Amino acid sequence: MADTNLLDGTHEPQFGDFVELLKPRVMSLVVFTAMVGLLVAPTGLHPVVAFSAILFIALGGGASGALNMWWDADIDAKMRRTSSRPIPSGRVTEGEALGLGIALSGISVVMLGLATNVLSGALLAVTIFFYVVIYSVWLKRITPQNIVIGGAAGAFPPMIGWAAATGHVGIEAILMFMLVFMWTPPHFWALALFMKSDYADAGVPMLTETHGRKATRAHIWWYTVALAPFAIGAGFTTIGGPTYMVVAVILNIKFLLGAWHIWHRDEVMAEADKYKTEKAFFRFSLLYLFVLFGAFLLEAALKSFGLGGW
Amino acid sequence: MTFRPPHEMHQKRFSRNLGLGLVLAAFVALVFALTVVKVTQGDVMHKDDGKPAVQLESGT
Repeated sequence: MADTNLLDGTHEPQFGDFVELLKPRVMSLVVFTAMVGLLVAPTGLHPVVAFSAILFIALGGGASGALNMWWDADIDAKMRRTSSRPIPSGRVTEGEALGLGIALSGISVVMLGLATNVLSGALLAVTIFFYVVIYSVWLKRITPQNIVIGGAAGAFPPMIGWAAATGHVGIEAILMFMLVFMWTPPHFWALALFMKSDYADAGVPMLTETHGRKATRAHIWWYTVALAPFAIGAGFTTIGGPTYMVVAVILNIKFLLGAWHIWHRDEVMAEADKYKTEKAFFRFSLLYLFVLFGAFLLEAALKSFGLGGW
Repeated sequence: MTFRPPHEMHQKRFSRNLGLGLVLAAFVALVFALTVVKVTQGDVMHKDDGKPAVQLESGT
């Protein structure tokens, strides 16, 4: 719906516009992985504390989303996919997004620290700093490895969930971090292969543009190879078990096969079947992460019945 | 005495203000719930000096 008030500058931002600044779709992944990290930890939290922890982790993620939209408003305006975001569409001013982002960052970090422990609060602060300053402000516009760096920010939530429950960062938390971290590049580069993007117009170096599609296909394969040991390795720790192991082996074989096919295709083949393999790989990547984390959760649930685990 | 109809600006802001009000109310409720849980679990208020908290139940 066209809002004529947008033009004369008298538009009042609505509640939903501010919610949109928090990137609710990204938040759903944050909530899921943070929840798994928290629930699979050996020390249980009171339900109210656990709920608060996940809520404030999600809020911290939302805050970094708002700060990212504040910083990237210029490139968002140039790309079709992002041009309808609250700032480029004129619904929210840059100052409002900055204010909301900073306020929510402070609230989420302090509240998470108070509700659980100082370490998890500090990790959330690091996550926000990493996503906003290291990724958005510093590296996103200068290196085609931006996806890899941005992935690290997305990998923190399960680690924060674990730290919130236990007060420390164990090998399990590190492996869950590595799982999301190594998974992000193949996931996004597969998308970049079949989505006609306008990153180049916006001046953002994407691997498909800077190094070509052939190199991107090779990157997808090698990152998927590097991902598998972390996924399998996590199965040998306290959060794994026979059920997880079976699931992880099947998923990783299928993921590796998909990446292998992508690597051995060229653009002519991909154009011929309208990027069928790439699209299937992208869809499967979502399932891959969801099911692996679901399997951690299943192991933890089985443990409460005296089953599961090694 | 009659009330003036609300200004157009206030009408536009109503949903946002209502949303913010509900969020703040939920936040207050959450902090209260957290407080109740922390107190009933016997968390000892102490400065974060890196030393373990003193246990209240010293019956052993």
